Amino acid sequence: MIPFSYARANDAAAALQFFANGAAKYLGGGTNLVDLMRETIERPARLIDVTSLSDSIEETADGGIVIGGAARNTAIAEHRLIRTRFPLLSRAIVAGASPQIRNMATTAGNVLQRTRCAYFYDNDAARCNKREPGQGCDAIEGFNRYHAILGASSACIATHPSDMCVALAALDAVVYLQGTEGKRTVPLSDFHRLPGDRPDIETVMRPGELITAVELPPKPMAVNSTYRKVRDRASYAFALVSVAAAIKIEAGVVGDVRIALGGVAHKPWRAMKAEAALRGQPATDVSFRAAAELELADAKAQAHNAFKVELAKRTIAAVLTDLSGDAA
Amino acid sequence: MTMTVNGNTVSIPNDPRVSLLDFLREHLHLSGTKKGCNQGACGACTVLVDGQRVLSCLTLAVQCSERDITTIEGLSSDGVLHPLQQAFIEHDGFQCGYCTPGQICSAIGMLEEMRRGVPSQLTGDLCAEVVAFDRDEVRERMSGNLCRCGAHNGIVDAIEDVFREAAE
Repeated sequence: MIPFSYARANDAAAALQFFANGAAKYLGGGTNLVDLMRETIERPARLIDVTSLSDSIEETADGGIVIGGAARNTAIAEHRLIRTRFPLLSRAIVAGASPQIRNMATTAGNVLQRTRCAYFYDNDAARCNKREPGQGCDAIEGFNRYHAILGASSACIATHPSDMCVALAALDAVVYLQGTEGKRTVPLSDFHRLPGDRPDIETVMRPGELITAVELPPKPMAVNSTYRKVRDRASYAFALVSVAAAIKIEAGVVGDVRIALGGVAHKPWRAMKAEAALRGQPATDVSFRAAAELELADAKAQAHNAFKVELAKRTIAAVLTDLSGDAA
Repeated sequence: MTMTVNGNTVSIPNDPRVSLLDFLREHLHLSGTKKGCNQGACGACTVLVDGQRVLSCLTLAVQCSERDITTIEGLSSDGVLHPLQQAFIEHDGFQCGYCTPGQICSAIGMLEEMRRGVPSQLTGDLCAEVVAFDRDEVRERMSGNLCRCGAHNGIVDAIEDVFREAAE
């Protein structure tokens, strides 16, 4: 690793003060950042350990939940309120990484893990616009089975690997940010960027800003929600396609629905088109398939991942059918 | 700054680049914890930090101030093996043995998680207070520990043998 200095912050104000210049990085569980530093892909001059900041998981007055930025993934997945009110979030987390990594990874760090692919990691031999803007992308002409089918660009086709964030996108989660100029909130669905011509810029965060918490607004329909992850092996692998969904059905009609996709884009992909198409429609397999077709209408496959387009459609429809139970 | 390793208080190195794994192996000469991939993919470096199983290769030693670390060396006492160590021998839970310390530390952490009722992706009813203990659950919950010799059947046998009653 390239030498760096280390400081532990006991609160957000101290973390912001330690930041001082743009060469610092905040350190959570380290499961992505430490790995990337060892590969010299990330080269911070200073690490600011923010694992002592709030890790609380607390109910809000209106029935939502605020999760501290330092809360570990396991703590969220096992929390009684999350399991009962937002089961898709528990299910998304336990579908991700390994138990050891879930014990380490923080909420903020999970949100801020790099959107990445094998070519991003291969800094000895591969070109990558995310590592070196303007260099070119070897994934586009390379092995791209795992890559994006929605919202990609000619500069980057990597996918955001988080499972947790897919559930957060479906839940209308809100990211709490704190910077030297004050506090602000950003909906999770707007927090990550599509690659465009600057795939090295992955979020809307400003330099030095810190994620202090993520809020789950109250969502009674989330009681009927789940997360399905399709991958090449049974466990401990990134998603080829994943679907987080919640649905409310009234008298056989879709009253409301939330759908988000993982493994298909540079960011957690909120399926707004499919949601809009479904509201007010009969809760049937035909409706679900039609909505999935609409969401994937603009999909653009690479040489090795055309299967993802159909896989995403079928997984959306299957998840919604399962959640509909006898109502469908 | 200090941490506790297997009951002994030790000083944390000054260089923040030192991983907990390298600190254990190279500084403290506790070479039971193994370096497999050194990138968080294999689980060979699993140790217990405050009772939680974590990957020591992706943990910086400097982050472990005031933490209590248990490695494979801390599980036996006076030459008497931990029951799980003994069970790995009896059930052929290894061939080369390189992944074994990580497997055993991971399984001990897994047992604590199951006692707490932490769900897995196999959990049916998320609202249930008690999680099931069966081979599929053990396989899923141990999926962060790879064995290239393919001793997984023996590993699951050993864990079932020792932990089945304790988990329920």
